[in-house]
Amino acid sequence: MTVEIAGQPAADGLAVAVPARTRVRQAMRHNSLRAGVVIVVVIAVLVLAAPLLTSVNPDTQNPAQTFLPPSPHHLMGTDSFGRDLFSRVLHGGQYTLGASALVVLIGGTIGTLLGVIAGYFGGAVGYLVMRFVDLLLAFPGILLALAVAAILGPGLLNGVFAVAVVLVPAYARVMEGATVEVRHLPYVDAAVGLGSGAWHVIWRHVIPGIRSNVIVMTTSWLGIAALWIAALGFIGLGVQPPTPEWGAILNDGENYLTIAWWISVFPGIFLALFVVGVNLIGDGLRDELDPALNRF
Amino acid sequence: MTRYLIKRLAGVIVLAFGISVVVFLIIRLVPGNPAISILGTNAGNPALVARLENQLGLNQPITTQYVKWIGGVLQANFGYSYDQQLPVATLIADNLGPTLELTLFALVLTVVFGLILGVTAALKRNSAYDTVSMGTALTFLSLPSFWLGLVLLVIFAVQLHWFAVVGGSGFKGLVLPAVTLALGGIGFTARFVRSSVIEALRQQHVVTSRAKGLSRSAVLVKHVIRNSLLPVFTIVGLQTGNLLSGAVIIETVFSRPGLGRLLVNAILAKDYETVQAVVLVIALMYALVNFVVDILYPVLDPRIAYR
Repeated sequence: MTVEIAGQPAADGLAVAVPARTRVRQAMRHNSLRAGVVIVVVIAVLVLAAPLLTSVNPDTQNPAQTFLPPSPHHLMGTDSFGRDLFSRVLHGGQYTLGASALVVLIGGTIGTLLGVIAGYFGGAVGYLVMRFVDLLLAFPGILLALAVAAILGPGLLNGVFAVAVVLVPAYARVMEGATVEVRHLPYVDAAVGLGSGAWHVIWRHVIPGIRSNVIVMTTSWLGIAALWIAALGFIGLGVQPPTPEWGAILNDGENYLTIAWWISVFPGIFLALFVVGVNLIGDGLRDELDPALNRF
Repeated sequence: MTRYLIKRLAGVIVLAFGISVVVFLIIRLVPGNPAISILGTNAGNPALVARLENQLGLNQPITTQYVKWIGGVLQANFGYSYDQQLPVATLIADNLGPTLELTLFALVLTVVFGLILGVTAALKRNSAYDTVSMGTALTFLSLPSFWLGLVLLVIFAVQLHWFAVVGGSGFKGLVLPAVTLALGGIGFTARFVRSSVIEALRQQHVVTSRAKGLSRSAVLVKHVIRNSLLPVFTIVGLQTGNLLSGAVIIETVFSRPGLGRLLVNAILAKDYETVQAVVLVIALMYALVNFVVDILYPVLDPRIAYR
């Protein structure tokens, strides 16, 4: 699958190599992509720069200052232990977003490899792998994650594995299809004909060939991963207190909804904005990379 | 048609078998002795452990254990919840209704509002209305449902006192959870419907019908909407799965009884037989809905029956 850039059709129908910088600049003309990148970058900078933006330790309790509403002194107020929520939300993003990135990295890599292997070699092994993938896809996503979380028990890394398990069949299904498509393109056949080994062909030709699928899948799943990691934290199966993960903070705030709405509201706004941003990027990339995938 | 039915039926039976194997493995994959895991706080009683080991057939080959387990499940014997001191089947029976009620109401909201938003956006595509409604759809899709639930509670229960914060019975208690559950599905469906309608609008027979003088509304209803509803119908199955599993979280937020809250509490209490049973029931319901969608599809689109 060639990567086509909207607005630059080559006259002879052949793909033209465009420098990466130009491609990025062209893609950024896409409105939703631009908006998404701005949102995600702002949140990422706020979260990563948390120690610079606030000097308050997110875990420091202050019994004299519980349930303070948002004020210039505590931008997002304080919680039941008098902890500063601004600090907790910014630091908490490191857990939520870091865990989500890890989910996509682990689940995406394993799923892509499985799909590529099944699609490239086919045969009995490929068939069995794909039937197993279908079986896992028969479970609604978060249900599967909860079942795995039940086996592994609570904890941040366990939560990461639980969500990553859901991504494996999803990636494998898409990448298998894409690999079968790329597998017999002339340049791949030519490489095989010239005597390249299977792994060489996979690494040099197949994986670059399905690159746009990987990018589109990753942007779709990064948002979902963030939502599910926070959901696990919210129901008490993810990060354990006092670690300030967004879902876990929401869980804290649930008990004080009537007297301190700010505890639950602020971490959710950050999470929602991050997911909106990632989805905007996903929409934009789908348009730019693969018009055929632009179904919805 | 009969061949199609038989093929689908065989497919769903194989799938149900596969699902049951995966669910059976849940408790076997928990580190340690399954009997001790199941007993939880009662694991200190060696007589009880020995009796349960024998009952589960833990000293027998794993295939025998599976046959024993599935034999019980087929007779609605899902084991015993030592955490709740009740047979798991009773717990399931008590909690199935509220979850179905919530899911069904949310499904109706999803389809109705997803269709309205998607069709109107497609008809006015590339207008300001289109941009706004698709922006709304994307936002709905991105909101964390558990957070949205809390925010709606703060606004409508804590501030405006329209609904009770906890519990709330009947239709009134159903509104906030169902809306919370449905919003994501509405966003997803609206985006899907929009592209589906736009594609239908481009079809040659639509252009021809307009050209030969059929009115715009007649063309829309007879040719465009009808044809674009077909792909929408297929995602109803997918949506049901999303809503069923979304209910797991929503029930916790709103403290509603249901399979979801049963599952979450069972996971936290390490009540593994209940976990197994709930996962099995939800996955089987999901498979069943998709099966029904599959067999109804050729009725709506006769072209499929010949494949």
